[in-house]
Amino acid sequence: MLKDKYKDRIAAIFAKYPPERKRSAVMPLLDIAQEEYGYCTEEAMREIAELCGIDPTEVKSVVGFYTMYYEKKVGKYVIDVCDDLPCVLRGADKFVNYCEQKLGIKAGETTPDGKITLNVVMCLAACDRAPMCQVNTAYHYDLTPDKFDKLVTELKKG
Amino acid sequence: MEKHILLRDLDVPNIRDLAVYSQHEGYAAWKKAVTGMKPDEVITVVKDSGLRGRGGAGFPAGVKWSFIPKDVFPKYVTVNCDESEPGTFKDHQLIRHNPHQVIEGTALCAYAIGANVAYIYCRGEFREPARELQKAIDDAYAAGLLGKNLFGSNYSLDIYVHLGAGAYICGEESALLESLEGKIGQPRLKPPFPAVSGLYSKPTVINNVETLANVPPIVLNGAAWYKQWGTEKSPGVKLFSVCGHVKNPGNYELPLGKYSIQELLEMAGGSMTGRPIKAVLPAGSSSPIIPASNFHAKLDYEAMAAIGSVLGSCSWIFMDDSVDMVWAARKMIRFFKHESCGKCTPCREGTHWALSVYDKLLSGKGTIEDVNLIGEVNKQIIGKCFCPLGEFATSSMTFTLKHFKQDYVDFIDQKKGGSDVYLKELARDHHLHELHSGVVSVNGIKVH
Repeated sequence: MLKDKYKDRIAAIFAKYPPERKRSAVMPLLDIAQEEYGYCTEEAMREIAELCGIDPTEVKSVVGFYTMYYEKKVGKYVIDVCDDLPCVLRGADKFVNYCEQKLGIKAGETTPDGKITLNVVMCLAACDRAPMCQVNTAYHYDLTPDKFDKLVTELKKG
Repeated sequence: MEKHILLRDLDVPNIRDLAVYSQHEGYAAWKKAVTGMKPDEVITVVKDSGLRGRGGAGFPAGVKWSFIPKDVFPKYVTVNCDESEPGTFKDHQLIRHNPHQVIEGTALCAYAIGANVAYIYCRGEFREPARELQKAIDDAYAAGLLGKNLFGSNYSLDIYVHLGAGAYICGEESALLESLEGKIGQPRLKPPFPAVSGLYSKPTVINNVETLANVPPIVLNGAAWYKQWGTEKSPGVKLFSVCGHVKNPGNYELPLGKYSIQELLEMAGGSMTGRPIKAVLPAGSSSPIIPASNFHAKLDYEAMAAIGSVLGSCSWIFMDDSVDMVWAARKMIRFFKHESCGKCTPCREGTHWALSVYDKLLSGKGTIEDVNLIGEVNKQIIGKCFCPLGEFATSSMTFTLKHFKQDYVDFIDQKKGGSDVYLKELARDHHLHELHSGVVSVNGIKVH
C-alpha cells in the first residue's frame, strides 16, 4: 500500500491543502503511484480515492484526462518527442523518423525488451531548442541522430 | 537595453541562488512592503505602473488585484506556470534561472490582496524546473523570507508548488483552478470570476509567472521608473519567445512598442534557411497569422490589434516561404483537437471535423469544396464555445484562409496532397490515435 510505504511524503502532500480539500492531493498522489508501479494501477486508484475521500471513478477520470498518466504498462523509459509546429519547423519530423528507425518501433510503441516507449507529444515549451524530447522527467535539447544514438545507448544500460 | 529586468540570469551569473539574488536587491521589495507599506499601497503602485497581464489577455494586474474583496477569508494567489501554447517558453526560463524573482512577485501579490497561501501551478512536464523552484522556495523559508510572522509582523505566507499532468487547457484560469482542486481541467462558467469565487470558491488572483516577475522591481523602484519603458497604454518590458525559422531562437526581453516585427526578426538573426520569411504567428498557434507585408507593425498591444492580430503571450513562430499554410493550419488544428477538454460540443466536435477535412486535403483526396467546408466548420465554432480554447482553434483556419487562400487553391490545383511526407505524417497520427483510444484490430477489423 502506498500509504504505508510513503507515509511521510503523503502527509506532506495533504499538508499543502486545506484539511477539508483532500481531493487536491489526487494528482500528487497519482504521481507517487506512477513512480511506484510504472502506471496508475486500478488498486492504486482505489487507494487514492479512499485517501482523498472521493469515488474511484473520480480518480479514474483524472487519470484518463491528463496525458502524463498511464493506464497501462509502459517502457522503463518513455521518450516523448515534441512534433508540434515550432519543433517541426526545426526538423522534429525527420528526427521522429530517425527515432523510429533507430528503435525499430513506431511512435506510440514499446521496444520488445520493455525498456523504451517512444511517443510523439504536443508542445513541451522548449521550441527554441528543437528537436527536443523528454525522457521520463529530463529534457534533452538540440538533438541530432548522433546525440540520440548516445542517449539510447545510455538508456539501454540502465 | 543595458540591463535586463526579468532575464537577469543573462546579466548576473547564478542569480538563481538565494545568496546571489539577495546581493542584487533580491527580496528588498518584499521587505520594504511587509515592513513599511500597507497592502493597498502595493496594489496602487502596481496599478500605477500600468503592468498588464503577461499570460496573453493583457488585463491590468493592479486592477485585477483591486477586485479582491477585503472582507472574505481566506483568499488565494495562484500562479499560472502551465505554459503550453506552442511557441511559448518564457516562463520555463524564468522559473529555472531566476526563480526567486517569481517567488518574490508571488509573495508581493499575496501580501497586497491579504492572502496567506499561494500555489504555483506548473505544467506536469516541468517536473525538473519545479523541483528547482521548490528548492528556491525551501531556501526562502530557511532565510525567514516565507513562513510565519515575517520580518516580525503579523503577516504569514506559505507558497506551494502544484504540478499538473499534461493538459493545455489548464492554462485557462478556471480550468487551472479545477485541476488544483483535483478534478479534470474543464473551464468554469464565468461569472462568477475568480476574484469573487476562485480556488475553493474563495477570492483568488491568478497571474502568469512573467507578470509576477515584474512586480518586485516595480514595488522597489516605483511606477514612474517602470513606465520609462514601453508606451503609455503598454508600459514596461515584455518577454518575446522567438522560434521557428530564425537563426537565433530564444527569449528576448524588449520594451513594448519600441521595435517592429521586422526588427524582432533581425534581432533573432533573420531567416535560418536563407529563404524569405513568409509569415509569423505572434502568440503561438492560437493567434491570427501575420503575413510579412505587415512586419512594419510595432510590438505592443494596440499596434498588433490594428493589424488584426494580437500580442498575446508573445510566442513568435516565424515561417519561411517553404511552409505550406494548409499543412501548418492542419498541424495547429491537430493540437487543438488533441487539447480540447471535451466539455462543449462546438469545440470538441468542431476541431474533430476540421481536422478530418484537413486530413482529407493532406491525403490528396480533397477538392475545392473541402476548402469551403473548412470555412463552414469554422463558422460553427466561432463565438459558440464555452472558453477561449475553441475560439483559439479557429484562428489557424480563419487567418490562413484570409491571408493565404492561394496556398489552399494551389494545394488542390497542383495536387500537393498525397505526398510521401504527408502520408507518413497522417499514418503516424492515426496510429497514435488508435493506440490512445484503445482501438484494437481483430482479424483486420477495428473494434473499440
